[in-house]
Amino acid sequence: MKRHGVRIPPGEPATNLDEAKAAIAKLFDTGNARVVVKSQIHAGGRGKGTFKDGFKGGVHLADSVEDATAKAEAMLGNVLVTKQTGEAGKQVSRLLITSAENIKSEFYVAVLLDRALGKPIVMASAEGGVDIEEVADKTPEKIIKEVIDPALGLQPHQGRKIAIALGLRGRLIGQTASLLRALYKTWHECDGTMLEINPLALIVNEDGTEAVVALDAKMSIDDNALFRHPDIVAMRDLSEEDPLEVEAAGHDLNYIKLDGNIACLVNGAGLAMATMDAIKHYGGDPANFLDVGGGATKEQVKAAFEIIVGDPNVQAILVNIFGGIMNCNTIAEGIVAAVKETHLTLPLVVRLEGNNVDAGRATLAASGLTLITADSLSEAAEKAVAAVK
Amino acid sequence: MSILVKPDTKFLVQGITGGFGGRHAQLSLDYGSQLVAGVTPGKGGQMFADTVPVFDSVAEAMAETGATASAIFVPPPFAADAILEGAAAGLDLVVCITEGIPVRDMVEVKDALKDSTTILLGPNCPGVVTPGEGEDSSGGCRIGIAPGYIHKKGNIGVVSRSGTLTYEAVWQLTSRGVGQSTCVGIGGDPVPGMTHLDVLKLFNDDPETTGIIMIGEIGGTAEEEAAAWAKAHCTKPIAGFIAGATAPPGRRMGHAGAIVSGGKGTAEAKMDAFREAGIGVAETPSEMADTLLKMM
Repeated sequence: MKRHGVRIPPGEPATNLDEAKAAIAKLFDTGNARVVVKSQIHAGGRGKGTFKDGFKGGVHLADSVEDATAKAEAMLGNVLVTKQTGEAGKQVSRLLITSAENIKSEFYVAVLLDRALGKPIVMASAEGGVDIEEVADKTPEKIIKEVIDPALGLQPHQGRKIAIALGLRGRLIGQTASLLRALYKTWHECDGTMLEINPLALIVNEDGTEAVVALDAKMSIDDNALFRHPDIVAMRDLSEEDPLEVEAAGHDLNYIKLDGNIACLVNGAGLAMATMDAIKHYGGDPANFLDVGGGATKEQVKAAFEIIVGDPNVQAILVNIFGGIMNCNTIAEGIVAAVKETHLTLPLVVRLEGNNVDAGRATLAASGLTLITADSLSEAAEKAVAAVK
Repeated sequence: MSILVKPDTKFLVQGITGGFGGRHAQLSLDYGSQLVAGVTPGKGGQMFADTVPVFDSVAEAMAETGATASAIFVPPPFAADAILEGAAAGLDLVVCITEGIPVRDMVEVKDALKDSTTILLGPNCPGVVTPGEGEDSSGGCRIGIAPGYIHKKGNIGVVSRSGTLTYEAVWQLTSRGVGQSTCVGIGGDPVPGMTHLDVLKLFNDDPETTGIIMIGEIGGTAEEEAAAWAKAHCTKPIAGFIAGATAPPGRRMGHAGAIVSGGKGTAEAKMDAFREAGIGVAETPSEMADTLLKMM
């Protein structure tokens, strides 16, 4: 954001106490009387979160080097639980230490895609620093929306319109419009799917003048555009992601871990979602989403089984394959080999349908494996649910 | 009749010399579809499968062969340009199979096509099939990657964001002896060309189509918009299914567009919109065909 011209408070990230001390010293040495120490995890609600050892708050103000250092030490390596992390929480392995600004008021602003329009929009609200979804839900009239022409980008007059709607006056109008243009440019050039500034703050400088600054940001990047952003790829922090999901991505498998006990292995994203839904429909709980794709190899199927059984909650597996172009017999041979090589002992329900399905079913029947077979997805889901009861 | 394509629709494949494009080009030829040209810049003059000439540009291929539609199989970084080339050349229909196109590229493509006469289907879609009258529905028009043999010529229109769920629905119909007019995969991306609503309107106007299966999934509000239109205007029975009721919020479920964000785009809201519009909702994907047949 800084590179694209968005004004942010001075500060530095720190991944250990020495870096934190250096960042703190630099801020106090350059005349700041107060700093903010922020936990950096991939989840919101940090300020109101609590660490596992009882230390309250993932964001703290500090008025001295000693105080800031003590706060940094208490946070680094500690596990923070917020309303978005779930009970397990997330380990804080990175801090952001910035100057503490003298905040007069707080706003919310975001750049995102409006899917119905197929165009970017800028959303803003004078109710900053709070849960924007709640604002949108309870008082939608307080949300300002500006549609961006994709060929032109955010125009200065649109930026000024938003600034005025936020209640800003005088030279702050032009300054905010410039900041919004820089934000849009960041979103556009980095292939963002969402860039949220919460809060965007009106601050009072030491000389009494006012300015608008982005105090905190959350940004998501379009996975499909990463090929043109090696610099962003280099920032990826795998420790923030589920290890099984990282492993799956390495095999070109689309896997998302869930909390249930019936694992699914399916070809096609829509069918994979529908398989999870069918498990739920019959009273079970899916353990994952897993799309092996349209042309899964034997190696991918084997990797998929290994990832599935890597989740200790899994008590049964449902394989649902619609072999459209793929030969069902090839798939059946892949399943048999994978089950044998991974020494799978969990109940395995298999539903195969499509191209050359009779040969595929014969291969499964002749494999000597104790499989539960099903003709339809509903039957497969029912049998999988029965297997864990 | 049918919608979008007829068995005699002549089409070309952009990216025919790639592995994926070539494989599916061959399957379309095997199905008896009128695949008349391939396009790969720099490979003009080659032949595909000894019978299909390859051209350097879409315009050249159209002029030489009379193709009016195309299937795009080029890799994601070049796919947006391939769509724009097809539109600039004046194709009636561009079907983009490519998965993984950056959403920013699609926003720009959609904006560029707003006054174009070219219809875009996809991206990230299985394509379109109008079944033929031959054995296993051969002789029809298959543009894309759907298995041809699961179809049967008939009167049900199918529209879906998901490939495999389309095949499920089609197979359920065919297994019950019920054929399809045209099956359309609109794709799983957040910024698609044709929407459920666009396809629904075509089915409603097509005298050959007597019933419709509409399959949706979480993310966006396209299903709700289609349902609202159907309630007021559609004269044909519709059965629907929505995938993703169990998907956790904020996670992208395989398809780039399948995400519940900010409480929007839930399966529940879409199913409610379907019911409100008199669309029969299949409780499980196994009941898509039966739900429609009960209504007819």
